[in-house]
Amino acid sequence: MTQRGPFLFLVVMLVVGGLTSAIFRHNQFGIPFLPGAQETVWQIEAKINFWGDGTPVQAILSLPSDQADYRIVNENTVSSGYGFSIEENNAQRRARWSKRDVQGEQTLYYKVELVADVNQTRSGEPPPAVEPVRLDEPYATAAQAIVNSVLPRSADALTLAQQLIREMAVVPRDQNVALLLDRFALPSLFSDLLALANVPARRVQALILEEGRRRQSLVELVQVWQDDQWHLFNPLTGLITDTSNLLLWQTDTPSVLDVIGGTRSRVSFAIISQTRPALTLATASAQGMDAPSLSLYSLPVEEQNMFKLIMLLPVGALVVVVLRTLVGLKTSGTFMPVLIALAFLQTQLIPGVISFLMVVAIGLFIRSYLSTLNLLLVARIATLVIVVVAIMSIVSVLSYRLGLEAGLSITFFPMIILAWTIERMSILWEEDGPKEVLIQGSGSLFVAVAAFLLMDQPLTRHLAFNFPELHLVVLAVILMLGRYTGYRLLELRRFSTMMDD
Amino acid sequence: MWANPITLWRKGILGMNCRNVAYIARYNPRERYPLVDDKLQTKMVVRKAGVTAPELLLVIRLQHEIEDIEHILANFTQFVIKPARGSGGKGILVIVNRDGDRLVKSSGHQLTAADVKRHLSNIISGLYSLGGRTDVAFVEALVTTDATFEHISYEGVPDIRLIVFKGYPVMGMLRLATKASDGKANLHQGAVGVGLDIASGRSIAAVQFNRPIERHPDTDYPLSNIEVPHWRQLLSLAARCYEVTRLGYLGADLVLDVHRGPLLLELNARPGLTIQVANDRGLLPRLRHVEALDELQHFTVDERVDYSVEHFAHDVGAQQPSLWDTSNVPGGSPVSSN
Repeated sequence: MTQRGPFLFLVVMLVVGGLTSAIFRHNQFGIPFLPGAQETVWQIEAKINFWGDGTPVQAILSLPSDQADYRIVNENTVSSGYGFSIEENNAQRRARWSKRDVQGEQTLYYKVELVADVNQTRSGEPPPAVEPVRLDEPYATAAQAIVNSVLPRSADALTLAQQLIREMAVVPRDQNVALLLDRFALPSLFSDLLALANVPARRVQALILEEGRRRQSLVELVQVWQDDQWHLFNPLTGLITDTSNLLLWQTDTPSVLDVIGGTRSRVSFAIISQTRPALTLATASAQGMDAPSLSLYSLPVEEQNMFKLIMLLPVGALVVVVLRTLVGLKTSGTFMPVLIALAFLQTQLIPGVISFLMVVAIGLFIRSYLSTLNLLLVARIATLVIVVVAIMSIVSVLSYRLGLEAGLSITFFPMIILAWTIERMSILWEEDGPKEVLIQGSGSLFVAVAAFLLMDQPLTRHLAFNFPELHLVVLAVILMLGRYTGYRLLELRRFSTMMDD
Repeated sequence: MWANPITLWRKGILGMNCRNVAYIARYNPRERYPLVDDKLQTKMVVRKAGVTAPELLLVIRLQHEIEDIEHILANFTQFVIKPARGSGGKGILVIVNRDGDRLVKSSGHQLTAADVKRHLSNIISGLYSLGGRTDVAFVEALVTTDATFEHISYEGVPDIRLIVFKGYPVMGMLRLATKASDGKANLHQGAVGVGLDIASGRSIAAVQFNRPIERHPDTDYPLSNIEVPHWRQLLSLAARCYEVTRLGYLGADLVLDVHRGPLLLELNARPGLTIQVANDRGLLPRLRHVEALDELQHFTVDERVDYSVEHFAHDVGAQQPSLWDTSNVPGGSPVSSN
């Protein structure tokens, strides 16, 4: 027997490894721990229209990126005949469509799907440098006058911004403000004034997310830097505290859409929201990742479905170990019940149990005739396999004729396993009598049903497939049970007569 | 109806999991299993060590050897046909007499030569062996039951199961065939187990189907006053099997022949636990006692048997182990059960 220390270490490592990996993947990829967790998805469609006049065209659209409240799970474009690429520089992504010969009205689509993600925090951005503002006279003097009058009333960048907005909103307007607003748009004036006061600020384009809106355009807002993060201001109303329905579309250059070689270009946005299982989203984003992740999602869908079953096997094995070492049930064939339980998953429980009992009963009946033939073992099993195939086809055809669809699912039972089960039961019957057949048969069926009930739980199915690393924990439990030296539940009954004295 | 696991532990009852992990896996080297799983091989090996066993008459290894077997069998009137790898008494055919061409089974049924041939063929093709592997049949002389057991066994030959731990006999039990067990001394099938005092060979308690009984269910003979003769020789014979097999945790099945005395029938590397019920004592205190002994303390079989007789007598064995003294049971803890 090996030492206890290394063994416990192994078990602890398996548990810790499995759990850490599961938690990591939950946090990193948003794979939910519970099945059927729902998330709201915002689908935003940017529609670009322009006219071409027979010259080469390039259309460049700024694209949103992952941000404080939203995470991109999917994006695609519809643009037949156009070359398309996504460029990324200085945290601003841009889509570039290109085509050599463009005639008439053109429509390009860019679709992006986003989910709200509160965990997404982005910090550590360096404080931006303040670019010097150059204004012509008399605007420069007017702007400086406004800043000078507001500056004493402020404590920091945020209060300064607040005061500036208030100053510009005062009715009747201050002379200087009126002069400047005549010349400049409010957002750009606001950011220029902040720059004059040496406060980092930038103009951003945002989209207000509202369900079912079409033909929306972007709103120009201003971000002010303080305490290592950006604060969003509406130049008309002041600080925006609730940014949850705002999507920052663009944070860099002023123009959202540039069309080179086309005319009358415009972009509009349509927004819809839908609820979707969180898992679908996680899968979608995992597929989009380049990293050769050790994920089952990367397999073709058909194989994925197979693995959904395969990954349940360890769970069934655990049930067998528990019921045999902790309870002490007798089964016919150690893991035969697990395979029967897997078949139950496809047939459903009641039809499954009925067809299983039927096949075994008919099989035992025919086997009792076979035993009078004195066949050698291999030939006998082979005969039983054929018998099982025959029973299955007859049951299928009969139940189909009778309109019992459930009868068709009988084919999901592993035939070789059934043949062996019949053989074992039959030998048991001959040697130890029908009582032992009943004990082992019902033990096997009980284990199979227990394994089925556990494997059929949506939670089990979900965790087994989406968090394969949790099988390390299952393994650790099985290892622990392999060293369990306490009594089995049924032994407490077996030795119950030794209690009385 | 249900036992309290803490009480069971306090009484030193060995459970299946503990037996498998702490004793069989620990003291029985895997590579020695074939030696005891094959009764024929066991017979050959123990003979060299001076362990007496029923006389081997014949070995049949191949199907074609069966063809004219009746001429060879004609030499014997009483014999037993056994599969070498059969378990739990499966496939054992006991012939007690002849009636012309026919052979008479212990139950009184008569068999033709063809019946015997088919039985031999079944044995060789593996009908009775574990996993259905091809097997070997052998024929040995019938044991004539000692007169002591005349009234307490139904048809079959009573045998004596001794648990030998590291060469020390630690617990014993007499197994009596019943009608329910079909003349086989197999406890699962309903044979009676009678616990025997290691010191004297006297009966302690009796059990059938895990329930205490007072009298033999078929003969109604009281089971309380049995004293197995040649007890000391039986202990030595069993203890000697440890040297031969080097299996630390061993069950030895012995019979008493009227003419030849104690004989070894077979050995078992995974002996069952019902012996504890028959003895009304747990195995753990005695196993721990032996584990705590100095390996070099007792060299000879006689020294070990003396030690067992002195320390594992029924009354002495009644002492309770401390609940907290788990130091000798790896992985064992009194509250981890259930």
